[in-house]
Amino acid sequence: MLVGVAFAIIWMKDLLSISMLSGIYGLLSASFFVAMDAVDVAFTEASVGAGVSTLLMLVAITMTGRSEHPVRHKPLLALAVVFVTGSLLVYGTWDMPYFGSAEAPIHQHVAPRYINDSMQEIGVPNIVTSVLASYRAFDTFGEVVVIFTAGIGVLALLSVVRRQEDIEKIDSFNNSMHEQHLVLRIVAKMLIPFIMLFAFYVQFHGDFGPGGGFQAGVIFAAAIFLYTMLFGMSTAYRVINQSFMQILAASGVLLYGSVGVISLLNGKEFFDYSVLSSNPVTGQHWGIFLVELGVGLTVASVMVIIFFNFAGRSENSPPPVSKDS
Amino acid sequence: MLIHLPVLQVIIPLLAAPLCLFLTKPRLVWLFALIVSGLAFLISGLLLQQVMTSGTIIYDLGGWDAPWGIEYRIDRLNAFLLLIISSISTIVLIAADTSIRKEIPADHHVLFYILYLLSLAGMLGIVATGDAFNVFVFLEISSLSAYALIALGKDRRALWASYQYLIMGTIGATFILIGIGLMYQMTGTLNMEDLSKRLPEVSQTRTVFTAFAFLIVGICLKLAMFPLHLWLPNAYAYAPSIVTAFFAATATKVAIYLLIRFTITVFGLSFSFTHFPLQLLFVVLGLVGIFVASTVAIYQTNVKHLFAYSSIAQIGYMIVGFSMTTMAGMTATLLHLFNHALMKSALFLALGAVMYRIGTTKLTHFQGLGRQMPLTLAAIVIGGLSLIGVPLTVGFVSKWYLVMAAIENGWWPVAALILLGSLLAVVYVWRIVEMAYFKPALAGTETIKEAPLSFLIPIWTLILANIYFGIDTRLSVQVAQAASMSLFGVTP
Repeated sequence: MLVGVAFAIIWMKDLLSISMLSGIYGLLSASFFVAMDAVDVAFTEASVGAGVSTLLMLVAITMTGRSEHPVRHKPLLALAVVFVTGSLLVYGTWDMPYFGSAEAPIHQHVAPRYINDSMQEIGVPNIVTSVLASYRAFDTFGEVVVIFTAGIGVLALLSVVRRQEDIEKIDSFNNSMHEQHLVLRIVAKMLIPFIMLFAFYVQFHGDFGPGGGFQAGVIFAAAIFLYTMLFGMSTAYRVINQSFMQILAASGVLLYGSVGVISLLNGKEFFDYSVLSSNPVTGQHWGIFLVELGVGLTVASVMVIIFFNFAGRSENSPPPVSKDS
Repeated sequence: MLIHLPVLQVIIPLLAAPLCLFLTKPRLVWLFALIVSGLAFLISGLLLQQVMTSGTIIYDLGGWDAPWGIEYRIDRLNAFLLLIISSISTIVLIAADTSIRKEIPADHHVLFYILYLLSLAGMLGIVATGDAFNVFVFLEISSLSAYALIALGKDRRALWASYQYLIMGTIGATFILIGIGLMYQMTGTLNMEDLSKRLPEVSQTRTVFTAFAFLIVGICLKLAMFPLHLWLPNAYAYAPSIVTAFFAATATKVAIYLLIRFTITVFGLSFSFTHFPLQLLFVVLGLVGIFVASTVAIYQTNVKHLFAYSSIAQIGYMIVGFSMTTMAGMTATLLHLFNHALMKSALFLALGAVMYRIGTTKLTHFQGLGRQMPLTLAAIVIGGLSLIGVPLTVGFVSKWYLVMAAIENGWWPVAALILLGSLLAVVYVWRIVEMAYFKPALAGTETIKEAPLSFLIPIWTLILANIYFGIDTRLSVQVAQAASMSLFGVTP
């Protein structure tokens, strides 16, 4: 099915159905991850791949247009490169240990300590959380910064100084459109609080089950997207202030980083959470809690920033970029 | 605090970046970024000194031991790289305030400095870490911010150039990730030191072979090695001048570092060069790269393009030195890494000054500029001489070591070709000199003045460094030699 959908994406010419299909693709790969016992990854894929990125694509399509420009040249070189890459990958799988085999090196070397000792050392039942938020906290910090960078990058490239008349224009456009969606609006009004509540559950429950800041942030952002799509940009602007979102995104990163700085100030290594409390395991708990909160903050606010900057682009498209270089 | 230097090196710019959003005033943010970069420079200096006297520094992040947690491992090689990156970043930033006021709309200035600091932190992070996956994470930070920075260029074509770079860079990063993933699958570890111990056991498997191939191709895309260089010229030419000066001196160097780190430290010389025909491949591609890129450079009409192609040619020299797999060759490569960073940052900054005064870097607009902007053009000439490899400049030192290393290997034809390649550099540098000094000034350009001091100070600092390290080679050669010794496991 995954392969079938992928081919369908390539063959389709209608961008709307392509983005729908890519949503399906995301959902399918999420179920694939569940089948491989990677619940946390599946959760992220479901919320990002199937949820938010489809939404963003839809917004992009409403701005540009539905159909693809026909391409005339035949990208034979690209085909050759893809073919070589693919066959190399298949070649590489020949000597891989069998899936699920207990003798595979990944189960022999680092993993046993994560599985056996993380409960004593960190005291969090979800091993994935303890690996990503404590053993490899610095990688996760890097990922948060990556997301922050993406948000800043989008701001730098897309943010246009909005004039008042533009807002009014969008406003009237929105109002005419949104009056038609009365049922949707009422259902959404009922749903949104629950989505947000669910986001908070995912945020704070990451220690015990699958979940954590990344997923929670995305779900929270999705609630805001839904609101914006149904009630119009200007209503959303009244609730959400752009510069406030930027500050929020920055403070998420800073919150995460400051946990590390506290460890430094106490003379321990960066991100050594044991200093946060007299009992090292409680310290780990606090550390993970704060860090996940930082992740959630940054992810949610960056998603909102990206969404608003895409959606807020005025309808008149920029002049085409010259491609003669 | 001294034991925390390795991590402070990276997190100071990393945490400073979001802090910029709170400062809001562009001038203030510039000053802040300058101070932060200066601090990073100071730390890298201290680190290098510490490493040279007392050996490799290991720092466990989060207090977890190495294969379980992430470690920073600073040895002579990456301490040297850290110094190059942070010093160039600091010097280039001095001119940033003046330059971007002409090139970037005012409401983007704060974002510019945030992205600049992020990409600085990303590069420092790639170099400092001893963990393969951590490399990928910081690679993402530095490349994402790089795409955005390049797209900020005044020319609309900057967007297209950045898009090309984004596609190529993402393919490169994905290849690197696939390589790291396959390595993890075969060894169960992500730590470089640990990988180097566990890889030999499985080195005969096809999976490791595939991992190696993906890693090398991915890194070569990032370092714009011929023939994977197509993204580079436009990206450098249309980016804001400051960005070009910073990236030309550092970004590809980081990729070269990764190449050295993975082939020699992680996979080991015997695997990389006997199991794989890497040596022949790299010598040939390096040499072809030198000649093709230098020849193309001669025909460019935009000076920024010209120097961008010359950068690709210079990468060729580094690749040739690297492929010799001898200590002398490695020393030459590392020296050239340092020296080329000095030349190219000076040259591109000088072009930034030209851009500031006349708004373009087209070769035809250089007519008679030698009299109107004497100090800037003199800097370009000295930088160009250094690029050619004239004695008393750093270019001569690195060419000298490279040729000596080739002769030591018995590679006479290679040595001859390296010298021949320098002649091509004479041609393209001469074209600028001819335009600037031997042609009358264009009509209506009498009012062009010398570049402001905020440009001249960093440019001439770099040019003087070009001359200083060309005469007094003790520091650079000593460090480069020590670094290559530690790579090949020889104790000095």
